[in-house]
Amino acid sequence: MIIGSRPTKFQVVVDKNQCMLCGRCVENCSYNVFRMEPEGIITNTRNCVACHRCISQCPRDAISIKERPCDYRSHPVWTAQIKENIFKQAESGKILLGGMGNAGQYPILFDHLVLDACQVTNPSIDPLREPMELRTYIGKKPKQLEFIQTPEEDTSLVTELVPNLKLETPIMIGHMSYGAISLNAHKAMAKAVSEIGTFMGTGEGGLHEALYPYQNNMIVQVASGRFGVDVNYLERGAAIEIKIGQGAKPGIGGHLPGEKVCADVSCTRMIPEGSDAISPAPHHDIYSIEDLKQLVLSLKEATEWKKPVFVKIAAVHNVAAIAAGIARSGADAVVIDGFRGGTGAAPSVFRDHVGIPIEAAVAAVDAKLRKQGIRNEVSIIASGGIRQSADVAKAICLGADAVYIGTAALVAMGCRVCGTCYRGLCSWGIATQRPDLVTRLNPDEAANNVKNLIDAWTLELAELMGAAGINSIESLRGNRDRLRGYMLDQSMLDVLDVNAIGA
Amino acid sequence: MTQITIDAAGIHYTPLNKQIRQAVRDGASEIILNNIMGQRFIGDGLTGNVKITVNGVPGGDLGMFMKGPTIEVFGNADHAPGNTMDEGTIIIHGASGDATGHSMRGGKVFIRDDIGYRGGIHMKQYMDKRPVLVIGGSAKAFLGEYMAGGLVIMFRLSDDEPYAEMGLASGIHGGEIFIRGTVEDWTLGIGSNAQPATSEDLERIKPYILEFSSYYNIDPTSLLNNSFTRIAPVSARPFAGKYTWE
Repeated sequence: MIIGSRPTKFQVVVDKNQCMLCGRCVENCSYNVFRMEPEGIITNTRNCVACHRCISQCPRDAISIKERPCDYRSHPVWTAQIKENIFKQAESGKILLGGMGNAGQYPILFDHLVLDACQVTNPSIDPLREPMELRTYIGKKPKQLEFIQTPEEDTSLVTELVPNLKLETPIMIGHMSYGAISLNAHKAMAKAVSEIGTFMGTGEGGLHEALYPYQNNMIVQVASGRFGVDVNYLERGAAIEIKIGQGAKPGIGGHLPGEKVCADVSCTRMIPEGSDAISPAPHHDIYSIEDLKQLVLSLKEATEWKKPVFVKIAAVHNVAAIAAGIARSGADAVVIDGFRGGTGAAPSVFRDHVGIPIEAAVAAVDAKLRKQGIRNEVSIIASGGIRQSADVAKAICLGADAVYIGTAALVAMGCRVCGTCYRGLCSWGIATQRPDLVTRLNPDEAANNVKNLIDAWTLELAELMGAAGINSIESLRGNRDRLRGYMLDQSMLDVLDVNAIGA
Repeated sequence: MTQITIDAAGIHYTPLNKQIRQAVRDGASEIILNNIMGQRFIGDGLTGNVKITVNGVPGGDLGMFMKGPTIEVFGNADHAPGNTMDEGTIIIHGASGDATGHSMRGGKVFIRDDIGYRGGIHMKQYMDKRPVLVIGGSAKAFLGEYMAGGLVIMFRLSDDEPYAEMGLASGIHGGEIFIRGTVEDWTLGIGSNAQPATSEDLERIKPYILEFSSYYNIDPTSLLNNSFTRIAPVSARPFAGKYTWE
C-alpha cells in the first residue's frame, strides 16, 4: 500500500507585487524551493525547511513562509509529527534521524526558576560602579592552601596547584566538530573566544590547520573513534576533553556520514575521503571508572601533566553517581550535557526521549559532590539548552562553574534552527561542507556576532549578580538561596534543592 | 649512539616516563628499562627515533599516542599496547591483554603469543599511515571491530581448528584482517566478509610474515606456505542504510 505524500510543512509565497525578479531567492536557497520562470518566481514549497535564508536576502520583503498550511485532523495524541513519523517508518523500516536538539514538549525547568534581587535589608550592587568578578577557573582546587613564612616575613604558597583554565567569563562554546559544521563557522567561533578570553571545543573531528592560531583557546576532544587524535593534537589544545556521551543522544555514539567526509575533513579526521566516521557508543578501552581513570591519566601523562582533562557525559538519571566517579578518576572537570543539547544528527527517538534536563542534572551532581566532600576535586560545566544569560545565571546557582553554549552560538551566526543539519545543505554556511555554501559565512563578521552575544550575556550576568547583591561569580556558584521555584512540585524542588517562591 | 639503562624497580610511571623523555631529549638512541613491573603508559606520547628495551611486564597503554620510537618487550604486556599509536614499532615477546592496538593510526605492533578481547578495534588509516597489528597466537572476541583501516594478521601458531570467537570484524568499514586457516561463519560480525586469501594477498602480507619471524627467530617457511582467510568490509558505509530522515 502506498501511503502517498504528506502535507507540506511550510508554504512559501512570493508577493508578485513586491518581487523585482532579482533572483536572490533562487541563488540563496540550497533546498531548491525557487526557480525563475518567464512569468515570475515559482516556488516548490515542499522543499522548504524554513531556514529563512530567502527572507533574509530578499531586498523587497516579498517572501513569506507559513507553517503547515494544510494539516491533518487535529488530535491531542495522534499529532501530525507522530503520524508522519509512522508513515516514514512504515515506508522505510528504518531509524528516524533528526537534527538539532530535543523537540519534545517537556517543561523547561529554567523557566520555572526565578532569580532573586536585593531590596532594602541587603543592598544590591551597581555593576557600573563596583567591580564585578566574572573570571572563572576550571579545574581542581586544593581543599586548603598552605603557606610558609620566611624569616624576612615573605609568604610563599606551599600547596601545589594543578593547571586550571582561566576564563574571563563563565561562558564557553561547546564541542561541534569540523565535519558537522563548516570551517568558516569554526573559525568564527575560535576568533570570538580568543578575543573574549574564553574557550571553545574542537568536537571529535580533529583540529584543522586554520585553527592553529587560536589553539590556546581550544579544548581538543578525544572521542571513542579517536578521529584526528595524535600527540600533536593533544599538545595543541589548552585542555583535553574525553567525550563519553552527549545530551542529544545519550548512550549512543557519533556518526558522520561518508558524504560529509570531503577531502579537507578527511585530512583533519585522518580517515579516507567518503568513508563513514563512526565513533561507537563505548570507548573500547573504557568499561569502568577505573578504565576511565586510566584514559584520563594517559592523556595527562602524554602531555606531561600540563593540561586539564575534562570528561563529558550526557545527563542521565544516575548522573550524580557517575560524576562522583569521574571526580575520582583524576579528571579536572565534568561536562554534563542536558537532554536539550543540539547535534547535527541523532536518532530522533533518542533526541526526544532519552536523558534528563540539565537543570536537574547539575543540581544533583553539585549536591552529591558536596555531600561527599569532593566538590573541589572537579569543576562542573553545564551544557545543553542554555538559551540566554538568565539560564547561565540559573545554571551557576544550581552548581555549575561555567556553561557551554552550542546552538546559541550558531544562532548568533544566522542559524534558524531548521533542524536539517544532517542534509549538509545549510544555506547559512554553518552545517555544511559544500564550498559555495561555506563561503556565505564570513568568519570575521560571524566572529563579531558571536563575540557580541557572549559579551552581552556577560554584561547581563554581571547585572543579575549585582541585583542579587553578589559581586563575584564564586559567590553565585551553587547559591540556591538566590533561586526560587515557580510552579514546581515538591519532588522537583527537592531535586533542585531550591525553595518555592514565597519561602 | 648513546645507550642508557634505567632500573625501574619501585618507580612510579610518571617519574619513569620523565626519565625516559629526558634521556630522549639528551640524545639517547637506546634506553634499556630493567625490572619493569606493571608500570603503565611507558612511552606514552613519546616522539623521536629511539629504541626502548623493556625487561619485565609493562602495564596498560604501552606506547599510547607514541610517534616514532621502537619498544621491544621481553615479557608479556597488559592491556592496550599501541593504543592510538601514531608511528613506531612495538614488539612483545609474550602475550598481551585486551584492546591491543586499539585505534592505532600508524606504526606496527607485533605480539608473539595471544592477545585478549577487542584487538585491533577501531584501527584506521589515512594516506600513507597504515597501522599493522601482527598476532602470533590467537585473539579473543571482537577482533578488528569497527576497523576503519589498517591491517591485522593473525597466525594462530598453536591452533589448528578454525578460528571461532564471536564478533569478528563487526562494523568493519576499512582495512583488512588475515587469519591463518579458516574461520567459522558464525564468528563474522555485521558488515564483514571472509574469503580465502589469494596469492596476491599473500604477497602483500609476506613482508610482515618475514618481519614477525625475524623478531622471534621463527622459520617463516611454513607460515608462507599456509593458507589464510581474508576478512574485509562489505562497504565503507556499513550503516548508511539504517536511517531515514525525520
